[in-house]
Amino acid sequence: MSEAKAATMDSVWQGGGSPYAIGSKKFGMWLFIISDALTFSALLVAYTYVRLATPEWPKPFHFSPSIIFSSIMTFCLLSSSLTMVMAVHSMNHGNRKATVGWILATIAGGLAFVVLHLTEWLNLINNEHVTTSGNEWGVPLFGGTFFALTGLHMTHVVIGVIYLGIIAFAVGRGKFKYEDVEVSGLYWHFVDLVWMFIFPLVYLMSAKI
Amino acid sequence: MSNHSEAVEHVGGTTLTFSYVWIALLAMTGIEVFLAYEQLPTLIMLTALLGLSVIKAALIIAYFMHLKFEKFSLFLTLFPMLVLCILLMMLIFMPDSVRSLQMRMVQ
Repeated sequence: MSEAKAATMDSVWQGGGSPYAIGSKKFGMWLFIISDALTFSALLVAYTYVRLATPEWPKPFHFSPSIIFSSIMTFCLLSSSLTMVMAVHSMNHGNRKATVGWILATIAGGLAFVVLHLTEWLNLINNEHVTTSGNEWGVPLFGGTFFALTGLHMTHVVIGVIYLGIIAFAVGRGKFKYEDVEVSGLYWHFVDLVWMFIFPLVYLMSAKI
Repeated sequence: MSNHSEAVEHVGGTTLTFSYVWIALLAMTGIEVFLAYEQLPTLIMLTALLGLSVIKAALIIAYFMHLKFEKFSLFLTLFPMLVLCILLMMLIFMPDSVRSLQMRMVQ
Protein backbone atom coordinates (compact mmCIF):
# COMPACT_ATOMS: atom_id res chain seq x y z
CA MET A 1 0.00 0.00 0.00
CA SER A 2 1.40 3.38 -0.95
CA GLU A 3 2.11 5.94 1.74
CA ALA A 4 -0.48 8.35 0.34
CA LYS A 5 -3.21 5.70 0.30
CA ALA A 6 -2.36 4.56 3.82
CA ALA A 7 -2.56 8.15 5.02
CA THR A 8 -6.00 8.58 3.44
CA MET A 9 -7.32 5.41 5.07
CA ASP A 10 -5.92 6.44 8.43
CA SER A 11 -7.70 9.73 8.04
CA VAL A 12 -11.05 8.07 7.30
CA TRP A 13 -10.86 5.54 10.11
CA GLN A 14 -9.69 8.15 12.60
CA GLY A 15 -12.68 10.38 11.95
CA GLY A 16 -10.82 12.66 9.59
CA GLY A 17 -13.14 12.07 6.65
CA SER A 18 -16.71 11.06 5.93
CA PRO A 19 -16.99 7.47 4.66
CA TYR A 20 -20.22 8.31 2.85
CA ALA A 21 -19.07 11.75 1.65
CA ILE A 22 -22.20 13.37 3.10
CA GLY A 23 -22.78 15.63 6.08
CA SER A 24 -23.92 14.35 9.47
CA LYS A 25 -27.35 16.03 9.17
CA LYS A 26 -28.06 14.27 5.91
CA PHE A 27 -26.88 10.92 7.23
CA GLY A 28 -29.01 11.42 10.34
CA MET A 29 -32.07 12.08 8.20
CA TRP A 30 -31.38 8.94 6.13
CA LEU A 31 -31.22 6.87 9.34
CA PHE A 32 -34.51 8.39 10.51
CA ILE A 33 -36.10 7.68 7.13
CA ILE A 34 -35.04 4.03 7.23
CA SER A 35 -36.41 3.58 10.76
CA ASP A 36 -39.66 5.34 9.81
CA ALA A 37 -39.87 3.19 6.68
CA LEU A 38 -39.80 0.11 8.91
CA THR A 39 -42.67 1.53 10.99
CA PHE A 40 -44.81 2.12 7.90
CA SER A 41 -43.78 -1.27 6.46
CA ALA A 42 -45.00 -3.03 9.60
CA LEU A 43 -48.31 -1.14 9.46
CA LEU A 44 -48.76 -1.87 5.75
CA VAL A 45 -47.96 -5.57 6.23
CA ALA A 46 -50.45 -5.71 9.12
CA TYR A 47 -53.10 -3.97 6.99
CA THR A 48 -52.50 -6.28 4.03
CA TYR A 49 -52.62 -9.31 6.36
CA VAL A 50 -56.08 -8.50 7.68
CA ARG A 51 -57.18 -7.37 4.21
CA LEU A 52 -56.31 -10.76 2.70
CA ALA A 53 -57.53 -12.82 5.67
CA THR A 54 -61.00 -11.23 5.81
CA PRO A 55 -63.48 -12.63 3.25
CA GLU A 56 -65.94 -9.71 3.43
CA TRP A 57 -63.45 -6.83 3.53
CA PRO A 58 -65.38 -3.59 2.88
CA LYS A 59 -64.98 -1.78 -0.44
CA PRO A 60 -66.33 1.66 0.45
CA PHE A 61 -64.28 3.74 -1.98
CA HIS A 62 -66.58 4.90 -4.78
CA PHE A 63 -64.96 6.30 -7.92
CA SER A 64 -66.47 9.65 -7.04
CA PRO A 65 -65.43 11.17 -4.71
CA SER A 66 -62.98 8.73 -3.03
CA ILE A 67 -60.83 7.46 -5.93
CA ILE A 68 -60.89 10.83 -7.73
CA PHE A 69 -59.90 12.62 -4.52
CA SER A 70 -57.14 10.15 -3.65
CA SER A 71 -55.79 10.33 -7.23
CA ILE A 72 -55.68 14.14 -7.02
CA MET A 73 -53.97 13.78 -3.61
CA THR A 74 -51.34 11.56 -5.27
CA PHE A 75 -50.89 14.20 -7.99
CA CYS A 76 -50.46 16.89 -5.30
CA LEU A 77 -47.76 14.91 -3.46
CA LEU A 78 -45.88 13.91 -6.63
CA SER A 79 -45.95 17.50 -7.90
CA SER A 80 -44.84 18.84 -4.52
CA SER A 81 -41.89 16.43 -4.69
CA LEU A 82 -40.93 17.93 -8.04
CA THR A 83 -41.16 21.49 -6.66
CA MET A 84 -39.02 20.37 -3.67
CA VAL A 85 -36.40 19.04 -6.09
CA MET A 86 -36.46 22.46 -7.78
CA ALA A 87 -36.04 24.15 -4.38
CA VAL A 88 -32.93 22.04 -3.64
CA HIS A 89 -31.67 22.73 -7.18
CA SER A 90 -32.13 26.51 -6.72
CA MET A 91 -30.41 26.47 -3.33
CA ASN A 92 -27.50 24.57 -4.89
CA HIS A 93 -27.14 27.47 -7.32
CA GLY A 94 -27.32 30.01 -4.47
CA ASN A 95 -30.69 31.44 -5.54
CA ARG A 96 -32.42 31.90 -2.17
CA LYS A 97 -35.43 33.80 -3.56
CA ALA A 98 -36.28 31.00 -6.01
CA THR A 99 -35.69 28.44 -3.25
CA VAL A 100 -38.28 30.11 -1.01
CA GLY A 101 -40.75 30.23 -3.94
CA TRP A 102 -40.33 26.52 -4.71
CA ILE A 103 -40.62 25.56 -1.01
CA LEU A 104 -43.85 27.61 -0.74
CA ALA A 105 -45.18 25.74 -3.80
CA THR A 106 -44.28 22.47 -2.03
CA ILE A 107 -46.13 23.61 1.09
CA ALA A 108 -49.17 24.44 -1.07
CA GLY A 109 -49.13 20.90 -2.45
CA GLY A 110 -48.91 19.50 1.08
CA LEU A 111 -51.77 21.65 2.32
CA ALA A 112 -53.94 20.67 -0.66
CA PHE A 113 -53.23 17.02 0.21
CA VAL A 114 -54.27 17.51 3.85
CA VAL A 115 -57.49 19.38 2.94
CA LEU A 116 -58.49 16.72 0.39
CA HIS A 117 -57.62 13.93 2.81
CA LEU A 118 -59.72 15.43 5.61
CA THR A 119 -62.61 15.87 3.16
CA GLU A 120 -62.25 12.20 2.21
CA TRP A 121 -62.19 11.17 5.88
CA LEU A 122 -65.38 13.17 6.56
CA ASN A 123 -67.05 11.56 3.54
CA LEU A 124 -66.16 8.11 4.90
CA ILE A 125 -67.35 8.97 8.42
CA ASN A 126 -70.58 10.77 7.47
CA ASN A 127 -71.73 8.91 4.34
CA GLU A 128 -70.29 5.41 4.81
CA HIS A 129 -70.58 5.48 8.64
CA VAL A 130 -67.05 4.17 9.18
CA THR A 131 -65.48 4.78 12.59
CA THR A 132 -62.30 3.48 14.20
CA SER A 133 -64.28 0.76 15.99
CA GLY A 134 -67.12 -0.23 13.69
CA ASN A 135 -68.96 0.00 10.38
CA GLU A 136 -72.08 -1.35 8.70
CA TRP A 137 -70.17 -4.27 7.11
CA GLY A 138 -69.28 -5.72 10.52
CA VAL A 139 -65.51 -5.49 9.94
CA PRO A 140 -64.28 -3.13 12.68
CA LEU A 141 -60.64 -3.77 11.71
CA PHE A 142 -61.23 -1.84 8.50
CA GLY A 143 -61.79 1.49 10.27
CA GLY A 144 -59.09 0.83 12.87
CA THR A 145 -56.38 0.02 10.33
CA PHE A 146 -57.52 2.64 7.78
CA PHE A 147 -57.52 5.57 10.20
CA ALA A 148 -54.28 4.44 11.92
CA LEU A 149 -52.38 4.11 8.65
CA THR A 150 -53.68 7.20 6.85
CA GLY A 151 -53.69 9.20 10.11
CA LEU A 152 -50.02 8.48 10.77
CA HIS A 153 -49.19 9.46 7.19
CA MET A 154 -51.22 12.67 7.42
CA THR A 155 -49.39 13.52 10.66
CA HIS A 156 -46.12 13.18 8.74
CA VAL A 157 -47.45 15.51 6.03
CA VAL A 158 -48.51 18.13 8.60
CA ILE A 159 -45.11 17.93 10.33
CA GLY A 160 -43.47 18.24 6.88
CA VAL A 161 -45.47 21.37 6.07
CA ILE A 162 -44.41 22.97 9.39
CA TYR A 163 -40.78 21.86 8.85
CA LEU A 164 -40.72 23.32 5.32
CA GLY A 165 -42.34 26.54 6.60
CA ILE A 166 -39.49 26.97 9.09
CA ILE A 167 -36.89 26.22 6.39
CA ALA A 168 -38.50 28.70 3.94
CA PHE A 169 -38.64 31.41 6.60
CA ALA A 170 -34.99 30.91 7.55
CA VAL A 171 -33.73 30.67 3.96
CA GLY A 172 -35.62 33.90 3.13
CA ARG A 173 -33.77 35.61 5.99
CA GLY A 174 -30.41 34.46 4.67
CA LYS A 175 -29.97 31.66 7.22
CA PHE A 176 -29.42 27.93 6.73
CA LYS A 177 -27.24 26.30 4.12
CA TYR A 178 -27.77 24.10 1.11
CA GLU A 179 -27.57 20.93 3.21
CA ASP A 180 -30.46 22.05 5.45
CA VAL A 181 -32.76 22.47 2.44
CA GLU A 182 -31.64 19.14 1.00
CA VAL A 183 -32.31 17.35 4.30
CA SER A 184 -35.83 18.81 4.51
CA GLY A 185 -36.30 17.66 0.90
CA LEU A 186 -35.32 14.10 1.85
CA TYR A 187 -38.04 14.08 4.51
CA TRP A 188 -40.64 15.42 2.09
CA HIS A 189 -39.80 12.86 -0.61
CA PHE A 190 -40.09 10.10 1.99
CA VAL A 191 -43.63 11.27 2.86
CA ASP A 192 -44.42 11.12 -0.87
CA LEU A 193 -42.83 7.66 -1.14
CA VAL A 194 -44.96 6.22 1.68
CA TRP A 195 -48.13 7.44 -0.04
CA MET A 196 -47.07 5.53 -3.18
CA PHE A 197 -47.79 2.35 -1.15
CA ILE A 198 -50.81 3.54 0.86
CA PHE A 199 -52.73 4.74 -2.22
CA PRO A 200 -52.80 1.38 -4.07
CA LEU A 201 -52.93 -0.90 -1.02
CA VAL A 202 -55.62 0.98 0.90
CA TYR A 203 -57.67 2.84 -1.71
CA LEU A 204 -57.31 0.99 -5.02
CA MET A 205 -57.50 -2.50 -3.48
CA SER A 206 -60.82 -1.52 -1.87
CA ALA A 207 -62.32 0.47 -4.75
CA LYS A 208 -66.05 -0.15 -5.19
CA ILE A 209 -66.59 -1.50 -8.71
CA MET B 1 -18.70 21.11 4.59
CA SER B 2 -17.23 23.53 2.10
CA ASN B 3 -19.15 25.02 -0.81
CA HIS B 4 -16.76 23.33 -3.18
CA SER B 5 -17.47 19.82 -1.92
CA GLU B 6 -21.25 20.53 -1.96
CA ALA B 7 -21.14 21.50 -5.62
CA VAL B 8 -19.19 18.40 -6.55
CA GLU B 9 -21.44 16.15 -4.48
CA HIS B 10 -24.64 16.93 -6.33
CA VAL B 11 -23.58 16.79 -9.90
CA GLY B 12 -26.12 14.85 -11.93
CA GLY B 13 -29.84 15.06 -12.39
CA THR B 14 -30.96 17.90 -14.59
CA THR B 15 -34.32 19.63 -14.41
CA LEU B 16 -35.36 17.74 -17.54
CA THR B 17 -34.47 14.39 -15.94
CA PHE B 18 -36.54 15.20 -12.86
CA SER B 19 -39.48 16.23 -15.09
CA TYR B 20 -39.29 12.89 -16.95
CA VAL B 21 -39.29 11.03 -13.63
CA TRP B 22 -42.33 13.04 -12.49
CA ILE B 23 -44.18 12.19 -15.73
CA ALA B 24 -43.26 8.49 -15.37
CA LEU B 25 -44.56 8.50 -11.79
CA LEU B 26 -47.85 10.09 -12.88
CA ALA B 27 -48.20 7.61 -15.75
CA MET B 28 -47.68 4.65 -13.41
CA THR B 29 -50.28 6.09 -11.02
CA GLY B 30 -52.71 6.24 -13.96
CA ILE B 31 -51.99 2.58 -14.77
CA GLU B 32 -52.63 1.67 -11.13
CA VAL B 33 -56.04 3.39 -11.17
CA PHE B 34 -56.86 1.61 -14.46
CA LEU B 35 -55.86 -1.77 -12.97
CA ALA B 36 -58.08 -1.19 -9.94
CA TYR B 37 -61.14 -1.33 -12.20
CA GLU B 38 -60.11 -4.51 -13.99
CA GLN B 39 -61.73 -7.65 -12.60
CA LEU B 40 -58.52 -9.33 -11.43
CA PRO B 41 -58.16 -11.87 -8.59
CA THR B 42 -57.08 -10.20 -5.33
CA LEU B 43 -53.60 -11.76 -5.20
CA ILE B 44 -52.78 -10.89 -8.83
CA MET B 45 -54.07 -7.34 -8.30
CA LEU B 46 -51.99 -7.03 -5.13
CA THR B 47 -48.85 -8.25 -6.91
CA ALA B 48 -49.34 -5.89 -9.88
CA LEU B 49 -50.03 -2.85 -7.69
CA LEU B 50 -47.12 -3.63 -5.35
CA GLY B 51 -44.78 -4.15 -8.32
CA LEU B 52 -45.67 -0.73 -9.75
CA SER B 53 -45.33 0.86 -6.29
CA VAL B 54 -41.84 -0.60 -5.85
CA ILE B 55 -40.78 0.84 -9.25
CA LYS B 56 -42.23 4.23 -8.25
CA ALA B 57 -40.45 4.09 -4.89
CA ALA B 58 -37.16 3.21 -6.60
CA LEU B 59 -37.51 6.20 -8.95
CA ILE B 60 -38.25 8.57 -6.05
CA ILE B 61 -35.32 7.26 -4.00
CA ALA B 62 -32.86 7.24 -6.92
CA TYR B 63 -33.67 10.62 -8.48
CA PHE B 64 -35.71 12.81 -6.11
CA MET B 65 -33.76 11.68 -3.03
CA HIS B 66 -30.48 11.75 -5.01
CA LEU B 67 -29.36 8.30 -3.86
CA LYS B 68 -28.26 7.49 -7.42
CA PHE B 69 -25.69 10.28 -7.12
CA GLU B 70 -24.40 9.32 -3.66
CA LYS B 71 -21.62 6.87 -2.83
CA PHE B 72 -22.65 3.24 -3.24
CA SER B 73 -21.56 2.54 0.35
CA LEU B 74 -24.45 4.72 1.60
CA PHE B 75 -26.92 2.57 -0.33
CA LEU B 76 -25.31 -0.63 1.00
CA THR B 77 -25.49 0.65 4.57
CA LEU B 78 -29.15 1.64 4.44
CA PHE B 79 -31.16 -0.51 2.05
CA PRO B 80 -30.23 -4.22 2.17
CA MET B 81 -31.34 -4.52 5.80
CA LEU B 82 -34.55 -2.57 5.11
CA VAL B 83 -35.42 -4.86 2.19
CA LEU B 84 -34.52 -7.93 4.27
CA CYS B 85 -36.78 -6.83 7.14
CA ILE B 86 -39.71 -6.14 4.79
CA LEU B 87 -39.22 -9.48 3.00
CA LEU B 88 -39.07 -11.31 6.33
CA MET B 89 -42.32 -9.69 7.45
CA MET B 90 -44.00 -10.58 4.17
CA LEU B 91 -42.67 -14.14 3.98
CA ILE B 92 -43.58 -14.91 7.58
CA PHE B 93 -47.06 -13.36 7.70
CA MET B 94 -48.56 -13.35 4.20
CA PRO B 95 -48.89 -17.13 3.67
CA ASP B 96 -50.65 -17.29 7.03
CA SER B 97 -53.18 -14.63 5.98
CA VAL B 98 -54.13 -16.61 2.86
CA ARG B 99 -54.37 -19.85 4.90
CA SER B 100 -56.54 -18.04 7.44
CA LEU B 101 -58.86 -16.88 4.63
CA GLN B 102 -59.14 -20.43 3.22
CA MET B 103 -59.95 -21.83 6.67
CA ARG B 104 -62.72 -19.25 7.12
CA MET B 105 -64.13 -20.00 3.64
CA VAL B 106 -64.30 -23.76 4.48
CA GLN B 107 -66.23 -23.01 7.68
